[in-house]
Amino acid sequence: MSHHNHTRVVITGVGLTAPNGNNLKEFREALLSQKSGITEMEVRYMGRLAVGNCNFDEEIYQKKKMRRRGTRAGSISIYCAHEALKDSGLSLESIDKERTGIYLGITEHGNVETENEIYELHQNSLDVSLWSHHHNPRTVANTPAGEVSLNLGITGPAYTIGAACAAGNIGIIHGMQMLQLGEVDLALAGGVSECTGTFGIFAGFKSQGALGSHQDPTKACRPLDVSRNGIVVAEGGAIFVLERLKDAEKRGAKIYGEIAGYHVNSDAVDFVLPDTQRQIQCMTTALKKAQMTPQDVDIVNLHATGTVSGDENECEAVRAVFAESDNTYINCTKGFIGHAMGAAGALELAGNLPSFADNKIHSCKYIENVDPKCALKNLVNGDPVEKEVNVILNNSFGMLGINSVLIVKKYSGK
Amino acid sequence: MDYNAVRQKIIDIIAEIAVDEDLSNIDDEVRLRDQLDLDSMDFLDIVMELKKRYKIEVPQEDYPKLATMKSCIEYLGPKLS
Repeated sequence: MSHHNHTRVVITGVGLTAPNGNNLKEFREALLSQKSGITEMEVRYMGRLAVGNCNFDEEIYQKKKMRRRGTRAGSISIYCAHEALKDSGLSLESIDKERTGIYLGITEHGNVETENEIYELHQNSLDVSLWSHHHNPRTVANTPAGEVSLNLGITGPAYTIGAACAAGNIGIIHGMQMLQLGEVDLALAGGVSECTGTFGIFAGFKSQGALGSHQDPTKACRPLDVSRNGIVVAEGGAIFVLERLKDAEKRGAKIYGEIAGYHVNSDAVDFVLPDTQRQIQCMTTALKKAQMTPQDVDIVNLHATGTVSGDENECEAVRAVFAESDNTYINCTKGFIGHAMGAAGALELAGNLPSFADNKIHSCKYIENVDPKCALKNLVNGDPVEKEVNVILNNSFGMLGINSVLIVKKYSGK
Repeated sequence: MDYNAVRQKIIDIIAEIAVDEDLSNIDDEVRLRDQLDLDSMDFLDIVMELKKRYKIEVPQEDYPKLATMKSCIEYLGPKLS
């Protein structure tokens, strides 16, 4: 793809769980039919809050004991990894486990487990001798990927990549790079989040004035709406099977799309507030690496979390890059599922991938009153748009000013 | 506390830890690890649970005394009474 490396990498399998679907087909249908996965739940110390929780069966691919020993992020990752492999037509018997890499983007890991231990510590009158010996293996940052390795017996590299809410894209980018370097022959790459298990993330957003709410939880996350009031915390995961194109062609694999370009950069200005100029730079550099112009892009999937300033900043950046492109349609996903943090970029890409085959562009969760500051040309709001889709550009941005852009194109057989 | 009462308390703890196992046919004379899928982390869990539920401290040098159901009962019976 890029001018530095001509080894082409393609997506040949998708495994996912989102608040509104436990596989790509369900997820896609939910997005096309405006089905929300956001509900309410009791959050420790905080009361009932809007949340995006998944409902996949943890016991399909994992023993109860290992679920108890491990973490929710591990369990989500194991489910997605099995589903992705199955979808790719590969089996555990057919792959070289030493030449398979597991690369998972995470926003954070360990908050859930640490909060639970401290809660228990208080129940146990601060008796530290009752602190669980599981604490350390559950909270080391590589746990979600390590649990996949243990479960599937994959002996290649397995680690996580911490990149706040840009992590889903970066897991995929890293997997592609490892294939290009020849480090592995197969990559299970994507992002994962168990964030709904930690009250601290909800409380942190609330203190920041950025926790989304509404009497109807399915309306709590309202990206681009003039009445938007913040983020809905969600969990989930999406893992892709990535292969070098020549390997995929050789085995006659089903090819979802080809990674055409990417870029990652940093704002270097603020812990939480985004920077429009760096987002513009991230998108334009990704386009340059893909040897494309804005006009080549059919879909831009916004990061759009539903915060007042974040959405406004991103829309300004997208307008700057795509204002002249009549071909480019804009959508966003978080209104349906909330913000799945480290999984967001990977899930949102997955939700758009079927466009290459069905030539439909899913809408945003219906925006009742588009904020004039977020009004973008060709914003998909209502029914899906029917249109030939050849290129998807996926934005994911995160705290500490990390930006990631991933461009995927339709595989045309040449 | 009689043999069966102690045995039941131990079974209750193992049931919480070895959640996938059928505990209805445990042979009291055979090492637990030879008839159940238990590893060293599970044994640490059992020791921790004894401390939480019954305030029984099992020092590391006594771990071999938890090898079989029978040896567990002999070791823990007096501590549970």
